[in-house]
Amino acid sequence: MHELAVCQGLLDQVTRIAHEHAAQRVDRIVLRIGPLSGIELPLLEQAFTLARAGTVAQDAELHTEAAAIRVHCETCGAETDAQINRLLCGECGDYHTRLVSGDEMLLVSLELVTDERDKGNKDSSFKIQDTSNEKTSTL
Amino acid sequence: MCDTCGCNVTPGNEHLVRADGKHAHTADGKAAVQVLSSLLSENDHQAAHNREHFDRHQVLSVNLMSSPGAGKTALLEATIEALQDEYRIGVVEGDLETENDAERIRARGVPAIQITTGSACHLDAHMVHAALHKLDLDALDIIFIENVGNLVCPASFDLGHHRNVTLLSITEGDDKPAKYPVMFRAADAVLLSKTDLLPVIEEFSVARAANGLRNLASRAPLLQLSSKTGAGIGAWLDWLRGEVRDQRQRVGAGETLKPAIQQDGLKLHAQG
Ligand SMILES: Nc1nc2c(ncn2[C@@H]2O[C@H](COP(=O)(O)OP(=O)(O)OP(=O)(O)O)[C@@H](O)[C@H]2O)c(=O)[nH]1
Ligand SMILES: [Mg+2]
Ligand SMILES: [Zn+2]
Ligand SMILES: [Zn+2]
Ligand SMILES: [Zn+2]
Repeated sequence: MHELAVCQGLLDQVTRIAHEHAAQRVDRIVLRIGPLSGIELPLLEQAFTLARAGTVAQDAELHTEAAAIRVHCETCGAETDAQINRLLCGECGDYHTRLVSGDEMLLVSLELVTDERDKGNKDSSFKIQDTSNEKTSTL
Repeated sequence: MCDTCGCNVTPGNEHLVRADGKHAHTADGKAAVQVLSSLLSENDHQAAHNREHFDRHQVLSVNLMSSPGAGKTALLEATIEALQDEYRIGVVEGDLETENDAERIRARGVPAIQITTGSACHLDAHMVHAALHKLDLDALDIIFIENVGNLVCPASFDLGHHRNVTLLSITEGDDKPAKYPVMFRAADAVLLSKTDLLPVIEEFSVARAANGLRNLASRAPLLQLSSKTGAGIGAWLDWLRGEVRDQRQRVGAGETLKPAIQQDGLKLHAQG
């Protein structure tokens, strides 16, 4: 299914961003997916588990925010909830509506590990703080 | 680096920032990066490039989608037959396997490039780009892209085309718009195909199909036609003529057009 293709697109993007930030690892990937995006979440998660192997995101946790279906009515101006196959205005019932949210397929944010030396050690992370700042400022 | 890219302090490293009051969000080696871009942004980027190709050569590009066997190739054959003296037509054919559809089109004297996707159940912008460079765009007015027969995935991929046309054949049942909202919502025109079978398949209600489409807030015209008998083909040809005219005007004005649905989505998503 196309979830694998979508997932590969996601991983390409994640890899590029991680590289831009000189990150060693990606810890967390946050997505926002609407029911009208055409993406089946369980299939995407399954695809992710397969496709992440060997990438900078191989240990990343995939977190998905669901987006609600909301429509704006051009006839009466109301903004209301709607269902996936019933996108009519909840106030006046008209079909001249525009989707406000519900078709999102977004990479929202990434949590990157940019320095692995101090992993799990708060003391050393304080020590390393200056070095990593120095490193950052020279980038 | 982090001022320009929008890195954030995360709950996990906040204490470090507080500890010495510095803007030290990479201190524990973690940085949260706001991205807010489409999961398909690679594809969308290629699609925009494809669209530039079409526009530069003043070509209208129409993406035909439907379930397998709804009559896309038969419609193309009838369309070529009717318009061959009016427009120069080219076809990009997407199928899992075989050159059959491209051969059917070439038999009508029209250039056709077959893309065999193997296991991929949809076309993407990269596949279409490769095909485009095998066509002489200067010698064409309309390019039809016949997508892989599938009512699910093809709707998610921008190919760089200008219009989405979705076929619904009478034999599939009138409940398909309600069952496949992502696909039918994406259509700029919906064609009820094989209407010569309406007398045989009595349970198909055109009104119910139309209602299902309106429930998706679709303003797309619903055109009934039969490629076999030619009934209703005239309204489809008129729709196409209008689209060719609009495309020429847009190109003249330096504008372009994405299928409505993707444009809306993009606008909203850009706001975050
Ligand atoms: N009765 C009738 N049959 C049709 C009509 N249009 C197509 N068919 C038949 O439907 C079958 C499939 O038609 P195609 O044009 O190959 O359908 P398609 O959508 O291109 O199929 P794929 O590319 O395989 O997805 C063929 O047997 C056609 O003869 C029509 O208007 N009426
Ligand atoms: Mg075909
Ligand atoms: Zn697919
Ligand atoms: Zn209303
Ligand atoms: Zn190119």
